[in-house]
Amino acid sequence: MNAFVRSQLDAATRPAQSAPGWLHELREAARLGAEATGLPGPRDEAWKYTQLKALQSLSPVVGDPDAGERAVALDGLLLDGVTGPRLVFLNGTFRPDLSRLAELPTGVDLRPLAAVLDREPERARVAFANGDDEHGVGLAQLNTALASDGVWLHIAPGTLVEQPIHLVFAGAETGSDLAWHLRHAITLGAGASATVVEQHVGLAESAQFGNIVESLRIGARASLRHVRLQQSPLAATLVSRSSARLDVDSVLESVALELGAGLSRRDVQVLLEGSGASLDARGATALRGRQHADSHYEVRHIARDTRCDVRWRGIADDRARAVFGGTIVVEVGADGSDARLSNKNLLLSPHAEIDTRPVLEIHADEVKAAHGATVGRLDDNALFYLRSRGVPEVQARTMLTYAFCADVLSGVEPESLRAQLGARLAAHLPQQSEVDA
Amino acid sequence: MLSITNLHVRVAGKEILKGLSLEVAAGEVHAIMGPNGAGKSTLGYVLAGREGYEVTAGSVVYQGEDLLALPPEQRAARGVFLAFQYPVEIPGVNNTYFLRAALNAQRRARGEAELDSMQFLKRVREKLRVLHISDELLHRAVNEGFSGGEKKRNEIFQMAVLEPQLAILDETDSGLDIDALKLVADGVNKLRDPARAFVVITHYQRLLDYIVPDRVHVLDQGRIVQSGDKDLALKLEDQGYAWIRERQLAGAA
Repeated sequence: MNAFVRSQLDAATRPAQSAPGWLHELREAARLGAEATGLPGPRDEAWKYTQLKALQSLSPVVGDPDAGERAVALDGLLLDGVTGPRLVFLNGTFRPDLSRLAELPTGVDLRPLAAVLDREPERARVAFANGDDEHGVGLAQLNTALASDGVWLHIAPGTLVEQPIHLVFAGAETGSDLAWHLRHAITLGAGASATVVEQHVGLAESAQFGNIVESLRIGARASLRHVRLQQSPLAATLVSRSSARLDVDSVLESVALELGAGLSRRDVQVLLEGSGASLDARGATALRGRQHADSHYEVRHIARDTRCDVRWRGIADDRARAVFGGTIVVEVGADGSDARLSNKNLLLSPHAEIDTRPVLEIHADEVKAAHGATVGRLDDNALFYLRSRGVPEVQARTMLTYAFCADVLSGVEPESLRAQLGARLAAHLPQQSEVDA
Repeated sequence: MLSITNLHVRVAGKEILKGLSLEVAAGEVHAIMGPNGAGKSTLGYVLAGREGYEVTAGSVVYQGEDLLALPPEQRAARGVFLAFQYPVEIPGVNNTYFLRAALNAQRRARGEAELDSMQFLKRVREKLRVLHISDELLHRAVNEGFSGGEKKRNEIFQMAVLEPQLAILDETDSGLDIDALKLVADGVNKLRDPARAFVVITHYQRLLDYIVPDRVHVLDQGRIVQSGDKDLALKLEDQGYAWIRERQLAGAA
């Protein structure tokens, strides 16, 4: 599994020597580490259901040298009405012309990470603080070694940002296989409040490998609403690892739709470090063809009176495979915590596969906890009921499939955004082409 | 309108209907009564097109067409409606959205123009008013968390909006208190029309005090064993189904 890592390290031009000394050292160490570790393989328990074998046959170019000038039509791909500041990366390269960074609201610092590394390198440390540990360590090390840009979003304490901030990762055809590595740091100061909409779109038909490591810090009493819409092209492999640290009485509300990419893996780690911190994580994956999506949540209740509610829906049709891993750990001392995890799955084809593994570990007292996972099919009674009223079978199946997962969007504001997410989800649902006439 | 001849139906390998015949003309209300296990619900499901009901003999002709050859949605588009004994809860599907999708699918299949949301809402409000149903029902998911009475009322409401030609009511009276029963009966009576027929399946005579049938049939062991006018229902109430069985035995001897 190391061939791919080596080819990436060899293919990449080493990030500029102007990097601060601490980063240079970190990258060299990560480079050695990545070479030694390689990609996660069948031995890694956390990657049991997701194999990266297909990557071995690729030796993609690292970075698209022409990304800065490449023509791309984002109209129609981007969500409407996300009118706030916008940062756009095309093929892993920052595109100022497509971004909207003029007249940022007071207290909002939104820039490419490269700009921060260039001018205020010490501040950028936070982006590299904790990427290399635990799951998928080789991928994170590879990212540390090679990523020189990404999203830098810093919201000053007490700032209430009204308009959603739009982060766009677009893929465009380059004529060859391509890899990119991005590093994000999102920080909300104490009492700040913001909405971030992260969107992955693309039209590329050549293989693209995207590797993202993200660090989220949410200060005391701050609240972040995070919406992710992943519609990467089918030729794409997208891996991302997000680590969030929540301070006292802070709130993270996360909604994710994983609809695209041939292969996607997303690890979300949330550390509830401050008492009263709260996480609501909702999401759905809907897959068809030979798509494979693996979503992993790891929530750690570290402080007392913290709460989490993780609700995930998986739908797999054709020969698709949806994987969910949800681990909640209530650590010693996190008394009075409230932890909920629910994963429901819908299997629409005999050739599709669903794997789910909810885990709950409790080491504290007076904890309320509930977890459950189900895998089922569409309800025949409901299907007949709809058809008996005149709804054609294909439409009835789509209605029930949509109903199965749409509740994960129920908390999204504003309503126009919720409606668009609902429409994207509905449009991606299995076409039920195999339904008997 | 509906002509059922010598219908034999098997469910999970067991024969439930064993030569049922029934003629229903437009404008008529037929009551089908019978003890538990007689095959009453099976008749409703077979007419609506539920899977798992194997017709081994006989025919069902509806408005000159072989009804059994059609999938459920096409039967609905041609005007067949089944009010379920146990209406299904469908979380996540809004009642109004569902009903509009159903009505417009039916209209499409019949080559009629679809109703836009204004036209649809106008129709819905009118039916709600006539049936004395609160519009709160519109905002909820289909039958989700509804009480037994609310579910039955929702069936009648759907029937009113869809305006079927042939409505089959499968024990719509079961589990209702007297007020809810009157409301349901009232809904049906308002829809009575020379062009519309009803088949009212019930275990008890009670509902027929409020929906007065043209014909009453007794279904027992998969067959119609006795037919008559509304007085037959009263006699059954008085004497019970055992009386029918005795008569049959006497007839066979």
